[in-house]
Amino acid sequence: MSLIQVKNVSKIYQTGEVSVTALNGLSVTIGQTAFISFVGPSGSGKSTLLNLIGSLDKPTKGRVIVNDVDIATLNRTQSAAFRGSTIGFIFQNFNMIPVLTVYENVEYPLLMLKHNALDDHRERIFTLLDKVGMLDQKDKYPNQISGGQKQRVAVARALVTNPKIVLADEPTANLDHKTAFKVISIMHEMQKEFGTTFIFSTHDTKIVDEAEIIYTLEDGAIVNQEIKVNK
Amino acid sequence: MKNLIKIAVRNLFRYKRRTLLTSSLIAFGVILVIVFGGLAISFKSQMIGIITNTSLGDMQIHKKGYVESIDNLPLNISLTVQELTSIEQKMKKMPEIEAYSLRIKFGAMISNYANTSNIRLNAVYPEMESKTVPDLIKRIKRNVSDPVHFIKPGEILVPETLMKGLSLKVGDEVVIVATNKDGSVNAITLNIAAMMENVFGPSGKDGYIHVDDATMLLRMENPEFVEIAIRLKNFNQLDNVYKQINGYVSSSNMPYEVHTWEQLSPFASIARIVDLLILVVKIILISIVLVSILNIMTMSVYERIGEIGTIAAIGTPPSKILSLFIIEGFAMGLLSTAVGVILSVGSLLLMSLTNLNFKFGQMNVTLNPSIPTGEVITTVLIVLFISILASFQPAYKASNMEPVDALGHT
Repeated sequence: MSLIQVKNVSKIYQTGEVSVTALNGLSVTIGQTAFISFVGPSGSGKSTLLNLIGSLDKPTKGRVIVNDVDIATLNRTQSAAFRGSTIGFIFQNFNMIPVLTVYENVEYPLLMLKHNALDDHRERIFTLLDKVGMLDQKDKYPNQISGGQKQRVAVARALVTNPKIVLADEPTANLDHKTAFKVISIMHEMQKEFGTTFIFSTHDTKIVDEAEIIYTLEDGAIVNQEIKVNK
Repeated sequence: MKNLIKIAVRNLFRYKRRTLLTSSLIAFGVILVIVFGGLAISFKSQMIGIITNTSLGDMQIHKKGYVESIDNLPLNISLTVQELTSIEQKMKKMPEIEAYSLRIKFGAMISNYANTSNIRLNAVYPEMESKTVPDLIKRIKRNVSDPVHFIKPGEILVPETLMKGLSLKVGDEVVIVATNKDGSVNAITLNIAAMMENVFGPSGKDGYIHVDDATMLLRMENPEFVEIAIRLKNFNQLDNVYKQINGYVSSSNMPYEVHTWEQLSPFASIARIVDLLILVVKIILISIVLVSILNIMTMSVYERIGEIGTIAAIGTPPSKILSLFIIEGFAMGLLSTAVGVILSVGSLLLMSLTNLNFKFGQMNVTLNPSIPTGEVITTVLIVLFISILASFQPAYKASNMEPVDALGHT
C-alpha cells in the first residue's frame, strides 16, 4: 500500500521575470516503512520534492498525496496540523534551537504539538536520546556538541512525535564521511525499530548504500531507480 | 497554552542579556510613574489638606453673586436669618457633614495709633471654626490651651506680615476701623491675642476676630454671615455632598451658590497641573514600553527566523507561533512590571519612613507618600496592554512566514 504518491508533479519558481523549473512532471510512489534516498546533484530537485512531500510547499502542477491527503488542498493551518501529525524533519543545518539543551530541543515539538503531561514526554525523550546515543549529552547546549551529535539529536527530535514519515534533506551535507555514515545508520536503525518511513536526499553517492530504494534525480525528473535487497 | 507559556518564559530567560536590558528599561519607566505618582499625589493631598483644614474648609456656601465679587468682600451679599436657618437644618440632617462654620468676612483698617494698614478680617465663632478648619490652630503662634476658644471677644489674631509691618506685639491694643454695608464707619479697640502665620490667602493679611466684635463693629442687629465653610467626615464624599446640597439649593429656589475648594482655591490649577504631569509621565512610560517591546520583539523575530522555520516545519500552527511571540512580549512586560512595582513600592515605603519635609510658599509640606494603588493598577494594566499591542506586529510577521522561506533563511 502506497504511503506517498507523487503524480506528474511540476514545480516552477518565479523570480521576477525569470522562472526556474525545479520539478518537471515527476511521478513516484513510496510504500510504508521504507528507507528511501533521493540522489542527485545540486539543483536536481531533491529538496523541492521533499518540501512538497512534507507539505512545506505546494506543486505548480500535479498532485502530491501523502497518507491519503492531497497536500495541495490544505491551507496553512491544515498543512501545519498535517506536518505535526505525519511528518518529522531532519535538516541539513541541524536547526537546533541554540538556547535550548539537547533534551529541550527534542522536547520542543511535544510542547508545541502535544498536550500530554510532561512526565509522559520525559520517558519518550529519554528512550529516543538513548537510542541515538545522546542520553549522556542531554543537558548540553547545541554549541557544546559536534555536528554529528547535533544530527543525532535531530533524528530523535524528528521521531519524538511518532510520525509516519521522516524527511531528511541533505542530513549529512555538513558532516564528514564517517560521521555521515553513522548518522545514516542510526536513521536506518530507527526506521527498522519504529517502522517509520525515512526519506533522505543526498548528493553523496557513498552514503546511499544504506537506502532500500535509491532514486536518482536530474533536472527535476527521476532518471534512475535502484532497489536494494536484504537491507 | 501552558506549554506555550513555558516556552515563552524559557525563551525570555535564555536570551538573558536582551531580556535584562529591555526589562530594566521598562521597570525604570514603571518606577518613574509609580514613584512620581506617589510623591505627586502625596504632595497634592498634603496641599489640599493644608488649604482645606486651615482656611477654606472642604466646601463653602454663599449667597448668589458673592464669589463673583469676593475680592471686595461685600457685606451686602449676606445670608438672611431665614435662609441661614433653612440651610443649617439641611446640613444638620446630613451625616456626611462633620462640622460647619459661619463667617463674616470684611475688609478693615488696623492701626497701632501711629501707623495704619489694611486687613482682611474673618469673624468666626471659634468653637465652630476650630471644628471646621482644625489645623487653623497650628497657624497660631502661641500655645493654644483651649483650641475650641482660640479667639475671645475683644481679641484679634493678627497675621505675621502685619505684626512685623506695624511693629506689633502680642497684648498690644489696636484699633480696627471698618465700613458697614450702609457705608457708615465705625471702630473698636481689640487686644492682640496672638500672631498668625500666613495662612493661604491674598497677601497673607487674614486676621481673625470673634463674631460678637464684628457684629458690634459693623453695627449689625444680628450677625449677617456671608460664608458657610463645611468640613466633611470623608473628603472622598465631596462630589456626592456637593451634588446633594446643590440639588437642595436648586430645588428649593434658594439664592445660594455652593462651591467646592477646587472652585475657590487657585491651588486647584496646580493640582490639575500635577495630574497633567502624572499623565505626561504615563505617556512617557507608554512610549518606553511600546518602543522597547516593539524593538525587542522585532529583533527577536529577525534573529529567530530559522527557529520560526523549524517550529513551523514541525507542525506548529501559525496561531500558536503568533501566541508564542505575544506571550513572550507579555511575559517581558509582566516581568518588568513586577520588578518595577516591587522597587517603586519599596522606594515609596522608604520615603514614607523618612518623612521628607520641604516648604511650599509659607506652608511646611511633609511628604508622606502612600502607595498609590490606583496608579499602580493603572500602570500595570498600561504596561501589559502595551506589551501585547507592541508584540502583535512582530508576532504576526513571525506567524505569517512561509516555513520553507524561513528554513531557507538559515
